[in-house]
Amino acid sequence: MAKIKGSILLKLYVVFFRVGFFTIGGGYAMLPMLRKEVVEKYGWATDEEMMDYFAIGQSTPGIIAINTSTFIGYKKAGIIGAIFSTLGMVTPSWIIIISIAMFFEQFADNAIVQSAFMGIRVVVVVLILNAVIKMGKKSIKNWVSLFVAIAAFLFIILTSLSPIYVVVGSAIIGIILYTTKREVA
Amino acid sequence: MELLYMFWIFFKVGLFTVGGGLAAIPLLQVEVLNEGWLTKAEFADMIAVSESTPGPIGVNIATYVGYSQFGPLGSIVATLGIVMPSVIIIILIAHFVKRFRDHHIVEGIFTGLRPAVTGLILGAAAVIATIALFNYDTYLVTSKLIDLFNIPALIMFVGFMVLTKFTKFHPIYYIVLAGIIGIFVF
Repeated sequence: MAKIKGSILLKLYVVFFRVGFFTIGGGYAMLPMLRKEVVEKYGWATDEEMMDYFAIGQSTPGIIAINTSTFIGYKKAGIIGAIFSTLGMVTPSWIIIISIAMFFEQFADNAIVQSAFMGIRVVVVVLILNAVIKMGKKSIKNWVSLFVAIAAFLFIILTSLSPIYVVVGSAIIGIILYTTKREVA
Repeated sequence: MELLYMFWIFFKVGLFTVGGGLAAIPLLQVEVLNEGWLTKAEFADMIAVSESTPGPIGVNIATYVGYSQFGPLGSIVATLGIVMPSVIIIILIAHFVKRFRDHHIVEGIFTGLRPAVTGLILGAAAVIATIALFNYDTYLVTSKLIDLFNIPALIMFVGFMVLTKFTKFHPIYYIVLAGIIGIFVF
């Protein structure tokens, strides 16, 4: 019994290590890879279950990729399974980022590296803006949501307070709006 | 003690990151800049590195910050900090909640949260724009309006906005291309 448990834990770790390693950019990018491993290769979940796990990962606090791997690990092998899949997911990040950090220490002052990053920073703004436009099309549907978005934007650029206040405040606004709307209907 | 403090900071970020994708960025930005762990430029560079390397963006940035402050041990502590809330919350949900999505309260929370997170991320982009597209610090010294604008960067910005509208490659390609252009332009 203990042997079987050990092998499933190792499998969870290896599968999520692979998913973590081949997912560049995180979040939604990992879905196809995760599906292939978890649904097709190991049959740990059906397609519908997989979508449920991902939906839950999206709508709970934390990073989606971590939430989803924790969920599948827990379903397969309880709390210890959740821990093994999560550790599998973060290990590739950890190894790669440490290597890059060491590289940065060596080359951060190099003029060519600095010029390259001045160009890269421009594209970082572009990439984030594109993500915002995509999100905005889905999330801003009426005057109230537009007001909430603008208020959150101003909060970031005008204060150095934690966005946690905005996260909590907007969640409360959402609950109030939703319940009043339901009562009217 | 300082390690414990850093763990707590990243734990907070993990706990209040909701909605995935880039949602961790505004939270990380405010914490990391307030603590003086990274400069705006370093933070922007780490976003680029995190989008071009394997793994979730939030985890990658946490690992880097932890390493830059306290070495390998720091990187482990920061990563565990940002991941811990997920693990605890998901285990609780998987154990107690049968049909999470059907809970009306969740739907309500997200009608408020989605536009707010959109605004927060736009704010994070604006903060990076002040160093990537403008020379705000130079402008403060010289007070000449022309010094405010980083002309080559603004031209690149428009070019890449157009390029990303009509092509849909993985971000890593745009990042590499911008790096190459940067070497020649800046």
